[in-house]
Amino acid sequence: MTNTTLTPGVVPGRLPPEAYAANFADVAPPLDAHEAKVAADRCYFCYDAPCITACPTSIDIPLFIRQIQSGTPDAAGMTIFHSNIFGGMCARVCPVENLCEGACVRLEAEGEPVEIGALQRYATDDIIASGIHPFRRGPATGLRIAVVGAGPAGLSCAHRLAAKGHDVVVFDAHAKPGGLNEYGIASYKAVDGFAAAEVEWLLGIGGIELRQGQALGRDVTLEALRGEFDAVFLGMGLAGVNQLGFDAPHVRDAVDFIAELRQTPDLSTLPVGRDVVVIGGGMTAVDAAVQAKGLGAQSVTIAYRRGPERMGASRHEQDHAATSGVRIVTNAAPKAVGADGAVEFTWTRDLPDSVMMNTGETTRIAADQVLVAIGQRLGAMPEGLEIEGGRIAVRGAGRTSVPNVWAGGDCATGGDELTVTAVAQGRDAAEDIHELLTGDAPVDAPRVVMAVGAAG
Amino acid sequence: MTSLASSFIGIKSPNPFWLASAPPTDKEYNVRRAFEAGWGGVVWKTLGAEGPPVVNVNGPRYGVIHGADRRVLGINNIELITDRPLQVNLDEIKAVKRDYPDRAIVISLMVPCDEESWKAILHRIEDTGADGVELNFGCPHGMAERGMGSAVGQVPEYIEMVTRWVKTHSRMPCIVKLTPNVGDIRKPAEAAKRGGADAVSLINTVNSITSVDLDRFAPEPTIDGKGTHGGYCGPAVKPIALNMVAEIARNPATRGLPISGIGGVTTWRDAAEFMALGAGNVQVCTAAMTYGFKVVQEMITGLRQYLGEKEMALPDLIGRAVPNVTDWQYLNLDYFTKAQIDQDLCIHCGRCYAACEDTSHQAIAMSPGRIFTVKDEECVACNLCVDVCPVENCITMRELAPGEVDPRTGAVAGGFRDWTQHPNNPMAQAAE
Repeated sequence: MTNTTLTPGVVPGRLPPEAYAANFADVAPPLDAHEAKVAADRCYFCYDAPCITACPTSIDIPLFIRQIQSGTPDAAGMTIFHSNIFGGMCARVCPVENLCEGACVRLEAEGEPVEIGALQRYATDDIIASGIHPFRRGPATGLRIAVVGAGPAGLSCAHRLAAKGHDVVVFDAHAKPGGLNEYGIASYKAVDGFAAAEVEWLLGIGGIELRQGQALGRDVTLEALRGEFDAVFLGMGLAGVNQLGFDAPHVRDAVDFIAELRQTPDLSTLPVGRDVVVIGGGMTAVDAAVQAKGLGAQSVTIAYRRGPERMGASRHEQDHAATSGVRIVTNAAPKAVGADGAVEFTWTRDLPDSVMMNTGETTRIAADQVLVAIGQRLGAMPEGLEIEGGRIAVRGAGRTSVPNVWAGGDCATGGDELTVTAVAQGRDAAEDIHELLTGDAPVDAPRVVMAVGAAG
Repeated sequence: MTSLASSFIGIKSPNPFWLASAPPTDKEYNVRRAFEAGWGGVVWKTLGAEGPPVVNVNGPRYGVIHGADRRVLGINNIELITDRPLQVNLDEIKAVKRDYPDRAIVISLMVPCDEESWKAILHRIEDTGADGVELNFGCPHGMAERGMGSAVGQVPEYIEMVTRWVKTHSRMPCIVKLTPNVGDIRKPAEAAKRGGADAVSLINTVNSITSVDLDRFAPEPTIDGKGTHGGYCGPAVKPIALNMVAEIARNPATRGLPISGIGGVTTWRDAAEFMALGAGNVQVCTAAMTYGFKVVQEMITGLRQYLGEKEMALPDLIGRAVPNVTDWQYLNLDYFTKAQIDQDLCIHCGRCYAACEDTSHQAIAMSPGRIFTVKDEECVACNLCVDVCPVENCITMRELAPGEVDPRTGAVAGGFRDWTQHPNNPMAQAAE
């Protein structure tokens, strides 16, 4: 292996072997017991706490932190899982500075919120690592529900339905379940196969059958599912990706790049460009850029067509990119690719009312690999489903225009490309399905038996 | 610069901060380090009678109560008096006093309750050069079972008797250290005064069990599966100590009796509070055991700054708050305050709301945007919101101006009427 960071072209093995482990190590290592105690002591146990309001899954954050404080982290974990069965992944990937931690009153008090995300991970890690699933199913109802998509929305829905005694079959287009948790996020956010381990633990409730490699419209139809099942939940996410106005052999979807990276056991075998340009301004752009840098790219540039304040990536993510050695160029709209591979940009200016103006001035950024992360879109949808703004139109807790068909997560209106929102929508749709099919009104907590001390 | 030089019953020290009789003052090594750090004096850890020294447990001897971030709020101990030979202690006291003539060294004593024992120990300590003695009538554990410590301190007649023996057989200044484990702290103080004590010091530790091991079902600290009550000290006991100091200071029978204040003194402010309530100096233990001897430096600079800002000499601080300590029945019932919330300082945690709404008087309103405001017509001015607010001075109590009507009661502020004058009191005296 003689490649270095300076080797031109898209090549593997730019770094010494040990560098990969360092570059893809846990970006936010877990708190130890002492750190957790210190962090937990900072919680004020607010009344009607703003952090709960800010959490799409409404986790009772002050309660779980108090449970950590009092030496019962497993109880804290159960408080989290009652609201959010993906509490482990959300602790890793949530943009907490925009959610719970952004609402923490200590942010106002002294500029540093309680480390809610890290505490949530502390409370949930041991329970998941125990491999023992802490919920038990309610009595069997004999009802069968199809879930399309084994991502956060689909599995959250499936888990809640299974907990209520329904039988669930999950159809998923990929080889492995987990959706974006498995394929779509930067590997340093969920190391050591956490996404797969979490799904396996989640399935421990029983009553959920996974059918991988089953894509809606290709392998199964909505019509057939409606015929066979008592209800259908659609949570397949956004299968399509937006395209640039030009193409070239070295231009690639960032989503594909991340997915391939996530599924590559030995990262030294994964090719990456010397000069990588990532086009886009969201979390995916950052995940792709930082990982390209981690693979040994000499220069990585995120180019976003509007100003920094409009970037979808959170401030924390932008800072993470910058400190990882990624350059962020804003107000640069991609125009074309030159013969040498460089991307040509037009400088832009943001005007009031979201208007963007091209200044007419241009620049070029050298590139032997271009990763495109300018958003995803809904794949082909079955006839009869009402679409609104490029997503499946839903009302209430995810009801679509088709009877007995619900939708949630990124594929549905209200989806905001956050794991935690997808989890909430899947959960709430499950409650609605249950209520509609059985006539039982939903209760705050799932009607399941908690196996306390699961991690014992 | 404001002088902190202190003279307590004639015992001079460069500042009023003494280390209390306790583990930190058990031997020469510690006391030298304490003096180097700046402590004004020490009360050497209690000496017992000649003979085989007492034996301490060989398991944990301290228990603790923690606040947030494992901050030590209170420690209890089951340690006995010094377990080192008497002569070793005497030799060390003499050596230290020779090298630090400007610092106060008082020797704490505890021997069996007979005149000969006291006469003997007083004779033994005569040529150490120590400045005085402190009679340990306070320790509530271990030694009390043997008829010493708080077993003496809980019986005023014994206090008076032993104190008189000490004053008969010694010319040294004598401080009587009192136990708080009594119903009325004034009684032992009066007894000490009758016996001829030059001063009292208080409080010794409070009888306590700090916690229970929920796996072994035994009190902590646990010795081979069993635990016993120990003496509680530290910031948690300060309010108890302040009250007892004030009770003695304002008691006509003991008024003017010098008091050495002890009990949770952690910062200069605590010390100043003890002194304002009548303590002539203070003794410290838990703060030093928690943070080391260096804490005295903050006490020195803090008290000096405070006195400087007040343009007050140290002796003028002593007892300055005593006239304002009174009985409940003399509090003005026509004095009104209302909580007010500084919206600029509020961090919107809602703890004031939870406290008031759930446990008090429903006098705080919560509006959209998490805006918390006080409902004057409901506020009884209990101060709970002030107490639970995490931001200092965010919630304060506003005094109603004279003539202002309290919207809750309709009463007019600015008058004076205490319970002895109140119409609701069947025993009330008509105001003249």
